[in-house]
Amino acid sequence: MNDAALPRLQLRGITRRYGSVLANDGIDLTVMPGEIHALLGENGSGKSTLSRIICGLTRPDAGSIEWEGRDVAPLNPSRARALGIGMVFQHFALFESLTVAENIALSLQGSGREAELAARIKEVSTRYGLPLDPARLVASMSAGERQRVEIVRCLLQQPRLLILDEPTSVLSPAAIGVLFGALRQLAAEGLSILFISHKLDEVRALCARATVLRAGRVAGTPGPEAFDNASLLRLMLGAEPAACRLEPQSAGAPMLELEGYVLPSEDPFGIDLTDLSFAVHAGEIAGIAGISGHGQRELVAALAGETQRGQRGRLRIAGHDVTDLPVAARRAVGLALVPEERLGRGAVVSMSLAGNALLTGARHGLVRRGFIHHAATHAVAQRIISAFDVRTPGTRATAAQLSGGNLQKFIVGREIMLAPRVLVVAQPTWGVDVGAALRIRQSLIDLRTQGCGVLVISEDLEELFQICDRIAVIRDGRLSAFQSRAETSLQQIGQMMSAGAAVHA
Amino acid sequence: MSGSYVIALISATVIAATPLVFAAVGELVAERAGVLNLGVEGMMLVGALAAFIVSTHSGSLLLGFAAGAGAGLALALLFALLTLTLQTNQVATGLALTLFGSGLSAVLGRPYAGHPGATMPVLFHFDAAVYLALAMVPFTAWVLNRTRVGLLIRAVGESPQTAHALGKAVQSLRYGAVGFGGLLSGLGGAYLSMAVTPMWVEGLTAGRGWIALALVVFSIWKPWRVLLGAWLFGGMTVLQLHAQALGLPVPGEFMSMLPYLATILVLVLICRNPRLLRLNQPASLGRPFHAEH
Amino acid sequence: MPDWLPALERRPAPSSVMRMAAPLLAALAITLTALLAFAALDLSPWSGLYTFFISPIASAYGVGEWLLKATPLALCALGLSIAFRANVWNIGAEGQFTAGAITGGGVALYLAPQLGGAGVPVMLFAGIAGGMLWAAIPAWLRTRFNTSEILTSLMLVYVAQLLLAWLMHGHWQDPQGFNYPQSRAFDDALILPLLADGQRATSAVWMTALLALATWVLVRWSYAGYRMWVGGEAPAAARYAGFSEARSVWLGMLISGGAAGLAGIAEVAGPIGRLQTSISPGYGFAAIIVAFVGRLHPLGVVLAALLMSLLYLGGEAAQLELGLPAAVTGIFQGLLLFYLLAADVFTHYRLRRPPVARPA
Repeated sequence: MNDAALPRLQLRGITRRYGSVLANDGIDLTVMPGEIHALLGENGSGKSTLSRIICGLTRPDAGSIEWEGRDVAPLNPSRARALGIGMVFQHFALFESLTVAENIALSLQGSGREAELAARIKEVSTRYGLPLDPARLVASMSAGERQRVEIVRCLLQQPRLLILDEPTSVLSPAAIGVLFGALRQLAAEGLSILFISHKLDEVRALCARATVLRAGRVAGTPGPEAFDNASLLRLMLGAEPAACRLEPQSAGAPMLELEGYVLPSEDPFGIDLTDLSFAVHAGEIAGIAGISGHGQRELVAALAGETQRGQRGRLRIAGHDVTDLPVAARRAVGLALVPEERLGRGAVVSMSLAGNALLTGARHGLVRRGFIHHAATHAVAQRIISAFDVRTPGTRATAAQLSGGNLQKFIVGREIMLAPRVLVVAQPTWGVDVGAALRIRQSLIDLRTQGCGVLVISEDLEELFQICDRIAVIRDGRLSAFQSRAETSLQQIGQMMSAGAAVHA
Repeated sequence: MSGSYVIALISATVIAATPLVFAAVGELVAERAGVLNLGVEGMMLVGALAAFIVSTHSGSLLLGFAAGAGAGLALALLFALLTLTLQTNQVATGLALTLFGSGLSAVLGRPYAGHPGATMPVLFHFDAAVYLALAMVPFTAWVLNRTRVGLLIRAVGESPQTAHALGKAVQSLRYGAVGFGGLLSGLGGAYLSMAVTPMWVEGLTAGRGWIALALVVFSIWKPWRVLLGAWLFGGMTVLQLHAQALGLPVPGEFMSMLPYLATILVLVLICRNPRLLRLNQPASLGRPFHAEH
Repeated sequence: MPDWLPALERRPAPSSVMRMAAPLLAALAITLTALLAFAALDLSPWSGLYTFFISPIASAYGVGEWLLKATPLALCALGLSIAFRANVWNIGAEGQFTAGAITGGGVALYLAPQLGGAGVPVMLFAGIAGGMLWAAIPAWLRTRFNTSEILTSLMLVYVAQLLLAWLMHGHWQDPQGFNYPQSRAFDDALILPLLADGQRATSAVWMTALLALATWVLVRWSYAGYRMWVGGEAPAAARYAGFSEARSVWLGMLISGGAAGLAGIAEVAGPIGRLQTSISPGYGFAAIIVAFVGRLHPLGVVLAALLMSLLYLGGEAAQLELGLPAAVTGIFQGLLLFYLLAADVFTHYRLRRPPVARPA
């Protein structure tokens, strides 16, 4: 077992098909004991499918899985666990209604004594600098704290391979440093780590070897000698990506204004919006950065008008006071909105694209005297499809049939086609492939050129710095002052996201 | 009103509440695992009939209870097969189960309609089934809150996806919880036909299965509160029977409406507080779960 | 799931072929079940089948009975199909049916005779209003107090039936009725005209056809129907688009309640001819199944109502000729829905292809 020459995990020719899409196409991957191995790739390159296969959640159509020299396929979640494969999910696998200790107890074999377990949680969590209170309810914890629970939970099972899926997306820069320290310590103790990311700097800081995926295939397995950004990027993307250009432009009249806006959360685990005052002007893109779960969701719902109970302050769109007006009335004065969740919110999964075009397009000639103009909805859907390069069999295809990137292009396109005066976009390129992300960002910039006020709420700092004129930070439901992009930096915004929260978040 | 009359009223209340305790505690466990089974009424009816037939023929109440529980379990497993394995809509399937159970019990029970049943031996005013129902409450509370199985049930009820990702046998656990619910619904029905009435008529349960469902909401998914609610409803049933004796000048039909109206009232009182629901209702309740491989 | 079981795999898009085929498969399965049941009861399967499904409609009178029973089923189910599309779970159509019979019947007994020619429409509207009123209670409780309409609408079934019983034993009882729990017969002028002589189906059949057409327009062409549908399919998307959930609940409940109320008054002002304690063999509940078997589509609902009506007639015939209890219908209703739901699995899922070895 301690033979260091034997790979801990070796995958050969792993293939998995979803419908017509080959998510994984003949992938080979080797992870050695004590190695921190990076799995690098853009969104949609097949990283998630591969990690689900390794922890037994998804069954490959073909390929072999060897664990310390033994063939272990087919894997299922409990078998993978028994082998010592632990995974920290990007979207956490925690139960909100249970305490930290209960969550951890669930994944340990047998039923140990509660007090004993609590002591072990404290011991392990402090040893790696990730302190935890075992009696706390997970629902009351921040995203960063939840990740800690996940990691400690994995560690208590004495794993031999730890998989981390985009672990830094929910962390402040300071907390990332703490996490990396813990991971290095663990690797030194012999644990193998598979670090899934699309962030080159992190991979370079932490890993000795990477497997780079592109469009479901292995594009290369560079070692440290080839770890410069340029060559990693070339492997990930296949070519140098074209960047968006933001031409300087003077902003116009305020299109979206909030004054002393307050909205207490109806959800006991939600975030209260506190004293928001800002304006987004015609012809500018304003960005709001922040760590996930700090009130972004609530802010979008408030701007849309979906939740209004208990609100105070004023909210104006294109000069109209819409504080007490419902969603439809806000849209009528020129608000358009792209929500964070594409499926089930931005689009109805089971409905055709034509039907989805009608979702927010009724005022634009698609409904006459209460009746749907079906031909017009198809025409509008077709215009969106051609203008935004949506890859689809046609307007009758359902939203469920589109890939994430194509559906996002459709939704963004639909909202832009409404010729809004204010466009609010949440996580515009989350889980979207590179080409689609570029297309979406460019269309936001074009909208700015046409004089629309655009508000982008994103957790992707690099994206905000690419397309925004001004950036503010949301933390705990409060918003910092906006700073012009030229006067601030990634580092400064990063620090503001976590200021005072270095220990907790 | 004499003291012995009051005692008789109280014991009648406890007896009337017993079928509700059984059925509601069983449904509570199924719901804590995230499965909404609207077929309680059907399972109770079939359980009531099975118990009545078996106890009449065998003369054994114990066999009667076993038959009732078995019949409830069988229907629950049918529901589980449809909703869990075949992924059907839980609301529609539950309704179908109630219609099916009502029809089945009406057809098979026709030869027994109107027959008197056996009587139960009594211990300190109550028969053993009352004590069993009472014992189910702390037992269920203990299992849910203090044991590993209970922890698993709560976890699956919040998020089957997450539980599956952690390698938990979501389906088996849900089968178990639904089966337990059927078992107890069957017992509740059995107690109704063998002790409360005791006889068989078509549609014997008269909506008790639905009231049990409402009691689960009233209990905000906590076993002890089921007991409270069941006694409340038991008391109402008794009040309605004794209204004349107590000299209440209200028509019988209106007294009979009382449990149904009270059910609505109780639901409103709980549901008007969304925070209460958000904090207590199993998050995955009624949602289908399909593990992709 | 154990490895040896064929695994289900979600289809990329629901299969429209299976959506149509599922009700047919269910009907086929119910026929097979009936055959097996007859065989188990030592009845000749074919004569049993004939007794159950063919003989009831082998005469003009039989066809009339078929339509007569299909009418209340279709009326209730058309309304319910609109509510169910919007994820509004009105399962109390039986109560709204009863409420419609009470209000419409009250008008027929005490008001309409003074109205002359306007009597019938006023009576019908009173029935619709009664059903709506009864459905408005769960709608209000849901929109105002967030209370699930499933249980409240069902509880109100019992309340409506007790209310009717109270009236039939008290104020509205026919003084010359030998103390039967029933009202006096409605005036002849208020009884709905028959479709044809020699059978009992009434002009309510035309009302059903009209409602089916209106339902089709609503779900296929109207923006209101679209908004309700979005609310049912994806509540978050409806909130995002600004479609009011309360409006959807109110519309769904009022339409389904009104349709059930119309069915109720059409029944008492039709074949029954008076109010009495028992006015429905569970039409309101069976209509839930009809709505599902009809795929929540107007034409499908009408066809499913005809099928369900046949099950009722078959149950009665089985009682008379085979000595089976009429409640057999209830079993078949439940089974029919089970079969449909099970067949529907293959609309959204398919059997997963076994993994194929990849050529090197």
